[in-house]
Amino acid sequence: MSVVEPGTVAPTCPTETAVQLSDVSFGYDRRRPVLRGIDMTIPRGKVVAIMGGSGCGKTTILRLIGGQLRAQRGTITVAGQDVMSLDRDALFALRRKIGMLFQFGALFTDLSVFENVAFPLREHTDLQEELVHDLVLMKLNAVGLRGAAQLRPAELSGGMARRVALARAVALDPMLVMYDEPFAGLDPISLGVVGQLIRELNDALGITSVVVTHDIYESLKIVDYIYFVSEGRIVAQGTPADVRKSSDPFVRQFVDGAPDGPVPFHYPAKALAREFARAQ
Amino acid sequence: MRSEAVTWALRRVGERTISSIERFGFAARFSVAVLTHSPAALRRLRLTLREIYFSGVLSLVIILVSGLFVGMVLALQGYEVLTRYGANESLGILVALSLVRELGPVVAGLLFASRAGSAITAEIGLMKTTEQLSAMEMMAVDPLARVVAPRFFGGIVSMPLLAALFSTLGVFGAYLVGVRLIGIDAGAFWGNMQAAVDFRYDILNGIIKSVVFGVAVSLIAVFEGYNARPTAEGVSTATTRTVVASSLSILALDFVLTVFMFRGIGV
Repeated sequence: MSVVEPGTVAPTCPTETAVQLSDVSFGYDRRRPVLRGIDMTIPRGKVVAIMGGSGCGKTTILRLIGGQLRAQRGTITVAGQDVMSLDRDALFALRRKIGMLFQFGALFTDLSVFENVAFPLREHTDLQEELVHDLVLMKLNAVGLRGAAQLRPAELSGGMARRVALARAVALDPMLVMYDEPFAGLDPISLGVVGQLIRELNDALGITSVVVTHDIYESLKIVDYIYFVSEGRIVAQGTPADVRKSSDPFVRQFVDGAPDGPVPFHYPAKALAREFARAQ
Repeated sequence: MRSEAVTWALRRVGERTISSIERFGFAARFSVAVLTHSPAALRRLRLTLREIYFSGVLSLVIILVSGLFVGMVLALQGYEVLTRYGANESLGILVALSLVRELGPVVAGLLFASRAGSAITAEIGLMKTTEQLSAMEMMAVDPLARVVAPRFFGGIVSMPLLAALFSTLGVFGAYLVGVRLIGIDAGAFWGNMQAAVDFRYDILNGIIKSVVFGVAVSLIAVFEGYNARPTAEGVSTATTRTVVASSLSILALDFVLTVFMFRGIGV
Protein backbone atom coordinates (compact mmCIF):
# COMPACT_ATOMS: atom_id res chain seq x y z
CA MET A 1 0.00 0.00 0.00
CA SER A 2 1.61 3.24 -1.15
CA VAL A 3 0.17 6.18 0.73
CA VAL A 4 1.77 9.21 -0.87
CA GLU A 5 2.67 10.35 -4.32
CA PRO A 6 6.34 11.15 -4.96
CA GLY A 7 7.32 14.74 -4.26
CA THR A 8 4.61 15.47 -1.70
CA VAL A 9 6.70 15.24 1.43
CA ALA A 10 5.56 17.69 4.10
CA PRO A 11 7.86 20.33 5.59
CA THR A 12 9.34 18.78 8.71
CA CYS A 13 9.42 20.32 12.16
CA PRO A 14 12.36 22.78 12.46
CA THR A 15 13.35 21.54 15.94
CA GLU A 16 14.54 18.12 17.09
CA THR A 17 11.72 18.03 19.65
CA ALA A 18 8.36 18.47 17.98
CA VAL A 19 6.34 18.80 21.19
CA GLN A 20 7.50 19.40 24.74
CA LEU A 21 5.30 19.53 27.85
CA SER A 22 7.03 20.63 31.04
CA ASP A 23 5.34 20.40 34.45
CA VAL A 24 1.91 20.95 32.90
CA SER A 25 -1.10 21.08 35.20
CA PHE A 26 -4.68 21.67 34.15
CA GLY A 27 -8.21 21.44 35.55
CA TYR A 28 -11.59 22.49 34.19
CA ASP A 29 -12.29 23.85 37.68
CA ARG A 30 -10.16 24.31 40.78
CA ARG A 31 -11.62 21.39 42.67
CA ARG A 32 -10.94 18.73 40.05
CA PRO A 33 -7.43 18.77 38.53
CA VAL A 34 -7.30 16.74 35.31
CA LEU A 35 -3.54 16.85 34.72
CA ARG A 36 -0.86 17.21 37.38
CA GLY A 37 2.76 17.96 36.55
CA ILE A 38 2.91 16.29 33.13
CA ASP A 39 6.36 16.09 31.50
CA MET A 40 6.43 14.74 27.98
CA THR A 41 8.84 14.90 25.05
CA ILE A 42 7.76 14.00 21.54
CA PRO A 43 10.73 13.84 19.15
CA ARG A 44 10.45 14.86 15.52
CA GLY A 45 9.45 12.11 13.11
CA LYS A 46 8.23 9.67 15.77
CA VAL A 47 4.84 8.13 16.46
CA VAL A 48 4.14 8.56 20.17
CA ALA A 49 1.11 7.12 21.93
CA ILE A 50 -0.55 8.53 25.03
CA MET A 51 -2.48 5.76 26.74
CA GLY A 52 -4.71 5.49 29.74
CA GLY A 53 -8.23 4.68 30.85
CA SER A 54 -11.27 6.70 29.87
CA GLY A 55 -11.37 10.15 31.46
CA CYS A 56 -7.72 10.18 32.56
CA GLY A 57 -6.96 13.38 30.62
CA LYS A 58 -5.50 12.02 27.36
CA THR A 59 -7.66 14.14 25.05
CA THR A 60 -7.05 17.16 27.28
CA ILE A 61 -3.33 16.83 26.50
CA LEU A 62 -4.09 17.08 22.76
CA ARG A 63 -6.27 20.13 23.32
CA LEU A 64 -3.48 21.76 25.33
CA ILE A 65 -0.94 21.05 22.57
CA GLY A 66 -3.33 22.56 19.99
CA GLY A 67 -3.91 25.64 22.15
CA GLN A 68 -7.65 24.99 22.55
CA LEU A 69 -7.13 24.90 26.31
CA ARG A 70 -4.64 26.83 28.45
CA ALA A 71 -2.68 25.09 31.17
CA GLN A 72 -2.79 26.58 34.65
CA ARG A 73 0.89 25.73 35.18
CA GLY A 74 3.86 24.66 33.09
CA THR A 75 4.90 25.25 29.50
CA ILE A 76 3.95 23.63 26.21
CA THR A 77 6.14 24.12 23.16
CA VAL A 78 5.37 22.99 19.62
CA ALA A 79 8.20 23.30 17.09
CA GLY A 80 10.00 25.57 19.56
CA GLN A 81 7.03 27.92 20.01
CA ASP A 82 5.49 28.44 23.44
CA VAL A 83 1.82 27.71 22.66
CA MET A 84 0.43 29.62 25.63
CA SER A 85 2.27 32.83 24.82
CA LEU A 86 1.02 32.99 21.22
CA ASP A 87 -1.60 35.53 20.25
CA ARG A 88 -4.61 34.47 18.18
CA ASP A 89 -3.02 35.04 14.77
CA ALA A 90 0.20 33.26 15.73
CA LEU A 91 -1.76 30.37 17.21
CA PHE A 92 -3.81 30.04 14.02
CA ALA A 93 -0.57 30.15 11.98
CA LEU A 94 0.79 27.31 14.12
CA ARG A 95 -2.42 25.30 13.78
CA ARG A 96 -2.10 25.40 10.01
CA LYS A 97 0.97 23.21 10.49
CA ILE A 98 -0.91 20.81 12.76
CA GLY A 99 -3.47 18.26 11.63
CA MET A 100 -5.92 16.65 14.02
CA LEU A 101 -8.08 13.59 13.65
CA PHE A 102 -11.04 13.62 16.04
CA GLN A 103 -12.52 10.57 17.71
CA PHE A 104 -15.43 10.14 15.32
CA GLY A 105 -13.93 12.06 12.41
CA ALA A 106 -15.81 15.35 13.00
CA LEU A 107 -16.52 15.58 9.29
CA PHE A 108 -18.70 18.49 8.24
CA THR A 109 -22.05 16.87 7.62
CA ASP A 110 -23.25 19.51 5.16
CA LEU A 111 -20.27 18.90 2.84
CA SER A 112 -19.38 15.93 0.65
CA VAL A 113 -16.26 13.84 1.27
CA PHE A 114 -14.46 15.80 -1.46
CA GLU A 115 -15.47 19.16 0.02
CA ASN A 116 -14.44 18.04 3.51
CA VAL A 117 -10.91 17.32 2.34
CA ALA A 118 -10.87 20.47 0.20
CA PHE A 119 -12.02 22.58 3.19
CA PRO A 120 -8.58 23.48 4.63
CA LEU A 121 -7.17 24.04 1.14
CA ARG A 122 -9.98 26.44 0.23
CA GLU A 123 -9.74 28.25 3.57
CA HIS A 124 -5.98 28.72 3.66
CA THR A 125 -4.74 28.77 0.07
CA ASP A 126 -5.58 30.55 -3.17
CA LEU A 127 -4.98 27.46 -5.27
CA GLN A 128 -6.82 27.15 -8.55
CA GLU A 129 -9.82 24.84 -8.62
CA GLU A 130 -8.05 22.30 -10.86
CA LEU A 131 -5.16 22.06 -8.41
CA VAL A 132 -7.49 21.73 -5.41
CA HIS A 133 -9.31 18.96 -7.29
CA ASP A 134 -6.09 17.04 -7.95
CA LEU A 135 -4.72 17.52 -4.44
CA VAL A 136 -7.95 16.34 -2.82
CA LEU A 137 -8.11 13.24 -5.00
CA MET A 138 -4.44 12.56 -4.21
CA LYS A 139 -5.13 12.73 -0.46
CA LEU A 140 -8.23 10.57 -0.80
CA ASN A 141 -6.27 8.10 -2.92
CA ALA A 142 -3.69 7.88 -0.14
CA VAL A 143 -6.37 6.68 2.28
CA GLY A 144 -8.00 4.46 -0.36
CA LEU A 145 -11.19 6.48 -0.74
CA ARG A 146 -10.80 8.29 -4.06
CA GLY A 147 -13.92 6.46 -5.23
CA ALA A 148 -15.93 7.83 -2.30
CA ALA A 149 -15.24 11.47 -3.10
CA GLN A 150 -18.84 12.36 -3.88
CA LEU A 151 -20.42 10.53 -0.93
CA ARG A 152 -21.87 12.40 2.03
CA PRO A 153 -20.43 11.75 5.54
CA ALA A 154 -23.72 10.06 6.54
CA GLU A 155 -23.09 7.41 3.86
CA LEU A 156 -19.69 6.40 5.30
CA SER A 157 -18.91 3.64 7.77
CA GLY A 158 -17.00 4.54 10.95
CA GLY A 159 -13.70 3.35 9.46
CA MET A 160 -14.25 5.24 6.20
CA ALA A 161 -15.15 8.43 8.08
CA ARG A 162 -11.92 8.11 10.09
CA ARG A 163 -9.93 7.71 6.85
CA VAL A 164 -11.57 10.75 5.25
CA ALA A 165 -10.81 12.73 8.40
CA LEU A 166 -7.21 11.54 8.12
CA ALA A 167 -7.05 12.76 4.51
CA ARG A 168 -8.43 16.11 5.67
CA ALA A 169 -5.94 16.27 8.56
CA VAL A 170 -2.99 15.92 6.17
CA ALA A 171 -4.48 18.10 3.42
CA LEU A 172 -2.16 21.01 4.23
CA ASP A 173 0.89 18.74 4.64
CA PRO A 174 1.28 19.37 8.40
CA MET A 175 4.44 18.82 10.42
CA LEU A 176 2.48 17.29 13.33
CA VAL A 177 -0.68 15.16 13.30
CA MET A 178 -2.64 14.43 16.48
CA TYR A 179 -5.03 11.47 16.61
CA ASP A 180 -7.78 11.34 19.22
CA GLU A 181 -8.86 7.72 19.71
CA PRO A 182 -8.37 6.75 16.05
CA PHE A 183 -9.20 3.08 16.73
CA ALA A 184 -12.39 3.53 18.77
CA GLY A 185 -15.33 1.50 17.51
CA LEU A 186 -13.63 0.09 14.39
CA ASP A 187 -13.88 -3.44 13.04
CA PRO A 188 -10.60 -5.44 12.90
CA ILE A 189 -10.00 -4.69 9.21
CA SER A 190 -10.58 -0.93 9.57
CA LEU A 191 -8.46 -1.01 12.73
CA GLY A 192 -5.53 -2.47 10.84
CA VAL A 193 -5.99 -0.08 7.92
CA VAL A 194 -6.10 3.03 10.11
CA GLY A 195 -3.11 1.85 12.17
CA GLN A 196 -1.07 1.16 9.06
CA LEU A 197 -2.04 4.53 7.55
CA ILE A 198 -0.91 6.38 10.66
CA ARG A 199 2.51 4.71 10.54
CA GLU A 200 3.01 4.98 6.79
CA LEU A 201 1.83 8.57 6.50
CA ASN A 202 4.15 9.48 9.35
CA ASP A 203 7.18 7.89 7.70
CA ALA A 204 6.38 8.84 4.12
CA LEU A 205 5.56 12.49 4.84
CA GLY A 206 8.22 12.95 7.50
CA ILE A 207 5.72 14.18 10.07
CA THR A 208 5.39 13.63 13.80
CA SER A 209 2.37 11.81 15.21
CA VAL A 210 0.74 11.85 18.63
CA VAL A 211 -1.83 9.10 19.09
CA VAL A 212 -4.21 9.20 22.04
CA THR A 213 -5.73 5.76 22.47
CA HIS A 214 -6.56 2.96 24.85
CA ASP A 215 -6.05 0.25 22.23
CA ILE A 216 -2.84 -1.30 23.51
CA TYR A 217 -2.48 -4.07 20.91
CA GLU A 218 -2.86 -1.87 17.85
CA SER A 219 -0.60 0.78 19.37
CA LEU A 220 2.22 -1.62 20.18
CA LYS A 221 2.35 -2.51 16.47
CA ILE A 222 2.80 1.02 15.15
CA VAL A 223 4.22 3.41 17.75
CA ASP A 224 7.80 4.27 18.74
CA TYR A 225 7.14 5.31 22.32
CA ILE A 226 4.28 5.14 24.81
CA TYR A 227 3.28 7.33 27.76
CA PHE A 228 0.78 5.88 30.25
CA VAL A 229 -1.40 8.44 32.00
CA SER A 230 -3.50 7.72 35.06
CA GLU A 231 -5.30 10.18 37.32
CA GLY A 232 -3.63 13.09 35.59
CA ARG A 233 -0.05 11.86 35.98
CA ILE A 234 2.38 9.93 33.80
CA VAL A 235 2.70 6.61 35.59
CA ALA A 236 4.85 4.72 33.09
CA GLN A 237 6.59 5.19 29.77
CA GLY A 238 8.78 3.32 27.34
CA THR A 239 9.17 1.71 23.93
CA PRO A 240 6.78 -1.08 22.84
CA ALA A 241 9.49 -3.59 23.79
CA ASP A 242 9.78 -2.05 27.28
CA VAL A 243 6.00 -2.18 27.67
CA ARG A 244 5.76 -5.84 26.68
CA LYS A 245 8.26 -6.91 29.35
CA SER A 246 7.28 -4.33 31.97
CA SER A 247 6.42 -5.49 35.49
CA ASP A 248 4.88 -2.15 36.45
CA PRO A 249 1.45 -2.96 37.98
CA PHE A 250 -0.37 -0.28 35.98
CA VAL A 251 1.22 -1.31 32.66
CA ARG A 252 0.54 -4.97 33.42
CA GLN A 253 -3.12 -4.26 34.23
CA PHE A 254 -3.43 -2.31 30.99
CA VAL A 255 -1.65 -4.87 28.81
CA ASP A 256 -3.45 -7.84 30.41
CA GLY A 257 -6.82 -6.08 30.52
CA ALA A 258 -7.28 -6.98 34.20
CA PRO A 259 -10.53 -5.58 35.64
CA ASP A 260 -8.99 -4.71 39.01
CA GLY A 261 -5.60 -3.36 39.99
CA PRO A 262 -4.05 0.10 40.30
CA VAL A 263 -7.13 1.25 38.36
CA PRO A 264 -9.86 -0.07 40.70
CA PHE A 265 -12.99 -1.82 39.45
CA HIS A 266 -15.20 0.08 41.90
CA TYR A 267 -15.75 3.81 41.75
CA PRO A 268 -14.91 5.31 45.18
CA ALA A 269 -17.89 4.84 47.50
CA LYS A 270 -18.82 4.57 51.16
CA ALA A 271 -18.13 1.24 52.92
CA LEU A 272 -20.53 -1.47 51.78
CA ALA A 273 -21.66 -2.25 55.36
CA ARG A 274 -22.54 1.39 55.95
CA GLU A 275 -24.62 1.58 52.75
CA PHE A 276 -26.55 -1.62 53.64
CA ALA A 277 -27.05 -0.52 57.23
CA ARG A 278 -28.56 2.67 55.89
CA ALA A 279 -30.93 0.74 53.68
CA GLN A 280 -32.15 -1.32 56.64
CA MET B 1 -28.04 20.46 61.26
CA ARG B 2 -30.14 23.56 60.72
CA SER B 3 -27.13 25.81 60.18
CA GLU B 4 -25.82 23.28 57.63
CA ALA B 5 -29.07 23.53 55.69
CA VAL B 6 -28.92 27.34 55.78
CA THR B 7 -25.30 27.28 54.62
CA TRP B 8 -26.20 24.85 51.83
CA ALA B 9 -29.12 27.04 50.71
CA LEU B 10 -26.98 30.19 50.79
CA ARG B 11 -24.25 28.44 48.83
CA ARG B 12 -26.78 27.34 46.20
CA VAL B 13 -28.12 30.89 45.87
CA GLY B 14 -24.56 32.22 45.59
CA GLU B 15 -23.60 29.64 42.98
CA ARG B 16 -26.67 30.37 40.89
CA THR B 17 -26.10 34.13 41.12
CA ILE B 18 -22.46 33.82 40.09
CA SER B 19 -23.40 31.41 37.30
CA SER B 20 -26.09 33.83 36.00
CA ILE B 21 -23.68 36.77 36.06
CA GLU B 22 -21.04 34.67 34.29
CA ARG B 23 -23.55 33.62 31.65
CA PHE B 24 -24.70 37.20 31.15
CA GLY B 25 -21.09 38.37 30.82
CA PHE B 26 -20.32 35.57 28.38
CA ALA B 27 -23.44 36.44 26.36
CA ALA B 28 -22.37 40.09 26.20
CA ARG B 29 -18.84 39.19 25.07
CA PHE B 30 -20.22 36.69 22.58
CA SER B 31 -22.60 39.32 21.14
CA VAL B 32 -19.71 41.76 20.66
CA ALA B 33 -17.63 39.01 19.03
CA VAL B 34 -20.49 38.09 16.66
CA LEU B 35 -21.01 41.72 15.69
CA THR B 36 -17.30 42.22 15.02
CA HIS B 37 -17.28 39.06 12.89
CA SER B 38 -20.35 40.14 10.91
CA PRO B 39 -18.28 41.64 8.08
CA ALA B 40 -16.94 38.09 7.62
CA ALA B 41 -20.45 37.11 6.54
CA LEU B 42 -20.20 39.54 3.65
CA ARG B 43 -16.84 38.13 2.60
CA ARG B 44 -18.38 34.63 2.64
CA LEU B 45 -21.36 35.66 0.55
CA ARG B 46 -22.14 32.15 -0.67
CA LEU B 47 -22.47 30.88 2.88
CA THR B 48 -24.65 33.82 3.85
CA LEU B 49 -26.92 33.29 0.84
CA ARG B 50 -27.21 29.64 1.82
CA GLU B 51 -28.29 30.68 5.33
CA ILE B 52 -30.81 33.17 3.91
CA TYR B 53 -32.23 30.25 1.96
CA PHE B 54 -32.42 28.04 5.07
CA SER B 55 -33.77 30.74 7.40
CA GLY B 56 -35.86 32.69 4.94
CA VAL B 57 -36.96 30.67 1.93
CA LEU B 58 -37.66 27.52 3.92
CA SER B 59 -39.77 29.56 6.39
CA LEU B 60 -41.94 30.94 3.57
CA VAL B 61 -44.69 28.35 3.76
CA ILE B 62 -45.45 28.80 7.45
CA ILE B 63 -45.17 32.60 7.18
CA LEU B 64 -47.40 32.93 4.10
CA VAL B 65 -50.09 30.55 5.33
CA SER B 66 -50.12 32.12 8.80
CA GLY B 67 -50.27 35.64 7.32
CA LEU B 68 -53.21 34.69 5.11
CA PHE B 69 -55.22 33.19 7.97
CA VAL B 70 -54.37 35.97 10.44
CA GLY B 71 -55.57 38.53 7.86
CA MET B 72 -58.79 36.60 7.21
CA VAL B 73 -59.58 36.24 10.92
CA LEU B 74 -58.72 39.90 11.51
CA ALA B 75 -61.18 40.88 8.78
CA LEU B 76 -63.97 38.76 10.25
CA GLN B 77 -63.44 40.07 13.79
CA GLY B 78 -62.86 43.65 12.64
CA TYR B 79 -65.98 43.69 10.48
CA GLU B 80 -68.08 42.44 13.37
CA VAL B 81 -66.91 45.30 15.65
CA LEU B 82 -66.82 48.06 13.00
CA THR B 83 -70.39 47.28 11.87
CA ARG B 84 -71.65 48.21 15.36
CA TYR B 85 -70.38 51.76 14.76
CA GLY B 86 -71.31 51.91 11.08
CA ALA B 87 -67.65 52.07 10.11
CA ASN B 88 -67.34 48.81 8.24
CA GLU B 89 -65.69 50.54 5.26
CA SER B 90 -62.72 51.28 7.55
CA LEU B 91 -61.91 47.58 7.61
CA GLY B 92 -58.94 48.09 5.26
CA ILE B 93 -57.42 50.67 7.61
CA LEU B 94 -57.89 48.46 10.68
CA VAL B 95 -56.35 45.42 9.03
CA ALA B 96 -53.44 47.25 7.38
CA LEU B 97 -52.42 49.20 10.47
CA SER B 98 -52.73 46.15 12.73
CA LEU B 99 -50.60 44.07 10.41
CA VAL B 100 -47.98 46.61 9.39
CA ARG B 101 -47.44 48.10 12.84
CA GLU B 102 -47.81 45.07 15.11
CA LEU B 103 -48.97 41.70 13.92
CA GLY B 104 -46.66 41.45 10.92
CA PRO B 105 -43.37 41.96 12.77
CA VAL B 106 -44.48 40.27 16.03
CA VAL B 107 -46.20 37.14 14.69
CA ALA B 108 -43.64 36.71 11.90
CA GLY B 109 -40.93 37.12 14.57
CA LEU B 110 -42.50 34.46 16.78
CA LEU B 111 -42.86 32.07 13.84
CA PHE B 112 -39.30 32.85 12.72
CA ALA B 113 -38.01 32.06 16.22
CA SER B 114 -39.85 28.73 16.25
CA ARG B 115 -38.97 27.69 12.71
CA ALA B 116 -35.56 29.19 11.91
CA GLY B 117 -34.19 30.14 15.35
CA SER B 118 -34.63 26.64 16.74
CA ALA B 119 -33.09 25.13 13.59
CA ILE B 120 -30.03 27.40 13.85
CA THR B 121 -29.52 26.49 17.53
CA ALA B 122 -29.94 22.77 16.89
CA GLU B 123 -27.55 22.83 13.94
CA ILE B 124 -24.79 24.74 15.76
CA GLY B 125 -25.36 22.68 18.92
CA LEU B 126 -25.01 19.42 17.00
CA MET B 127 -21.91 20.72 15.24
CA LYS B 128 -20.47 21.33 18.70
CA THR B 129 -21.55 17.90 19.96
CA THR B 130 -19.95 16.14 16.99
CA GLU B 131 -16.74 18.20 17.42
CA GLN B 132 -17.15 19.94 14.06
CA LEU B 133 -16.55 23.34 15.70
CA SER B 134 -13.43 22.02 17.46
CA ALA B 135 -12.20 20.55 14.18
CA MET B 136 -12.67 23.93 12.52
CA GLU B 137 -10.72 25.66 15.29
CA MET B 138 -7.91 23.15 14.94
CA MET B 139 -7.84 23.85 11.20
CA ALA B 140 -7.21 27.52 12.08
CA VAL B 141 -10.69 28.51 10.92
CA ASP B 142 -12.66 30.64 13.36
CA PRO B 143 -16.16 29.12 13.82
CA LEU B 144 -17.50 32.57 14.66
CA ALA B 145 -16.60 33.73 11.16
CA ARG B 146 -17.38 30.49 9.31
CA VAL B 147 -20.47 29.20 11.13
CA VAL B 148 -21.97 31.88 13.38
CA ALA B 149 -21.65 35.11 11.37
CA PRO B 150 -23.37 33.82 8.17
CA ARG B 151 -26.29 32.42 10.20
CA PHE B 152 -26.60 35.63 12.21
CA PHE B 153 -26.50 37.80 9.10
CA GLY B 154 -28.85 35.45 7.21
CA GLY B 155 -31.41 35.83 10.02
CA ILE B 156 -31.19 39.63 10.00
CA VAL B 157 -31.79 39.74 6.23
CA SER B 158 -34.60 37.16 6.26
CA MET B 159 -36.67 38.49 9.13
CA PRO B 160 -37.84 41.86 7.64
CA LEU B 161 -38.61 40.19 4.31
CA LEU B 162 -40.68 37.51 6.03
CA ALA B 163 -42.52 40.14 8.11
CA ALA B 164 -43.29 42.13 4.94
CA LEU B 165 -44.62 39.02 3.22
CA PHE B 166 -46.66 38.13 6.30
CA SER B 167 -48.32 41.57 6.26
CA THR B 168 -48.89 41.43 2.49
CA LEU B 169 -50.59 38.04 2.67
CA GLY B 170 -52.55 39.25 5.71
CA VAL B 171 -53.92 42.21 3.77
CA PHE B 172 -54.74 39.88 0.88
CA GLY B 173 -56.55 37.52 3.27
CA ALA B 174 -58.55 40.45 4.66
CA TYR B 175 -59.43 41.48 1.09
CA LEU B 176 -60.70 37.98 0.33
CA VAL B 177 -62.91 37.95 3.42
CA GLY B 178 -63.94 41.62 3.54
CA VAL B 179 -64.46 42.36 -0.15
CA ARG B 180 -65.03 38.99 -1.80
CA LEU B 181 -66.89 37.20 0.99
CA ILE B 182 -68.69 39.91 2.97
CA GLY B 183 -69.09 42.37 0.13
CA ILE B 184 -67.44 45.59 1.33
CA ASP B 185 -66.79 47.99 -1.52
CA ALA B 186 -63.34 47.30 -2.97
CA GLY B 187 -62.70 51.00 -3.69
CA ALA B 188 -63.43 51.92 -0.06
CA PHE B 189 -61.30 49.03 1.23
CA TRP B 190 -58.20 49.97 -0.77
CA GLY B 191 -58.78 53.74 -0.87
CA ASN B 192 -59.17 54.17 2.89
CA MET B 193 -56.16 51.95 3.45
CA GLN B 194 -54.02 54.00 1.07
CA ALA B 195 -55.09 57.25 2.68
CA ALA B 196 -54.54 56.13 6.27
CA VAL B 197 -51.29 54.15 6.09
CA ASP B 198 -48.25 56.41 6.21
CA PHE B 199 -45.01 55.04 4.77
CA ARG B 200 -42.60 56.52 7.30
CA TYR B 201 -44.80 56.39 10.39
CA ASP B 202 -46.35 52.95 9.85
CA ILE B 203 -44.45 50.90 7.28
CA LEU B 204 -40.92 52.07 8.12
CA ASN B 205 -41.50 51.64 11.85
CA GLY B 206 -42.81 48.13 11.16
CA ILE B 207 -39.67 47.34 9.15
CA ILE B 208 -37.45 48.71 11.95
CA LYS B 209 -39.29 46.49 14.43
CA SER B 210 -38.77 43.41 12.27
CA VAL B 211 -35.05 44.19 11.86
CA VAL B 212 -34.68 44.53 15.66
CA PHE B 213 -36.54 41.23 16.16
CA GLY B 214 -34.34 39.62 13.52
CA VAL B 215 -31.19 40.73 15.37
CA ALA B 216 -32.58 39.52 18.72
CA VAL B 217 -33.75 36.11 17.48
CA SER B 218 -30.60 35.44 15.43
CA LEU B 219 -28.31 36.47 18.28
CA ILE B 220 -30.15 34.31 20.81
CA ALA B 221 -30.22 31.36 18.38
CA VAL B 222 -26.49 31.42 17.61
CA PHE B 223 -25.58 32.05 21.26
CA GLU B 224 -27.66 29.16 22.57
CA GLY B 225 -26.30 26.82 19.88
CA TYR B 226 -22.68 27.83 20.44
CA ASN B 227 -23.10 27.64 24.22
CA ALA B 228 -25.07 24.37 24.27
CA ARG B 229 -23.79 21.51 26.38
CA PRO B 230 -22.39 18.94 23.92
CA THR B 231 -24.96 16.25 24.70
CA ALA B 232 -28.36 15.29 23.26
CA GLU B 233 -30.05 16.78 26.32
CA GLY B 234 -27.90 19.93 26.07
CA VAL B 235 -28.93 20.56 22.45
CA SER B 236 -32.58 19.94 23.28
CA THR B 237 -32.42 22.38 26.21
CA ALA B 238 -30.65 24.99 24.09
CA THR B 239 -33.30 24.72 21.37
CA THR B 240 -36.10 25.19 23.89
CA ARG B 241 -34.29 28.15 25.44
CA THR B 242 -33.98 29.76 22.02
CA VAL B 243 -37.72 29.62 21.38
CA VAL B 244 -38.65 30.81 24.90
CA ALA B 245 -36.03 33.58 25.14
CA SER B 246 -36.67 34.79 21.58
CA SER B 247 -40.44 34.90 22.06
CA LEU B 248 -40.18 36.83 25.33
CA SER B 249 -37.59 39.18 23.84
CA ILE B 250 -39.83 39.91 20.86
CA LEU B 251 -42.79 40.76 23.10
CA ALA B 252 -40.70 42.92 25.45
CA LEU B 253 -38.88 44.70 22.62
CA ASP B 254 -42.18 45.27 20.84
CA PHE B 255 -43.55 47.11 23.85
CA VAL B 256 -40.43 49.28 24.20
CA LEU B 257 -40.29 50.06 20.46
CA THR B 258 -44.01 50.87 20.33
CA VAL B 259 -43.62 53.35 23.20
CA PHE B 260 -40.86 55.17 21.33
CA MET B 261 -42.29 54.92 17.82
CA PHE B 262 -45.96 55.71 18.23
CA ARG B 263 -46.06 58.68 20.60
CA GLY B 264 -49.58 59.55 19.51
CA ILE B 265 -50.76 56.57 21.56
CA GLY B 266 -50.26 58.80 24.62
CA VAL B 267 -47.97 56.71 26.82
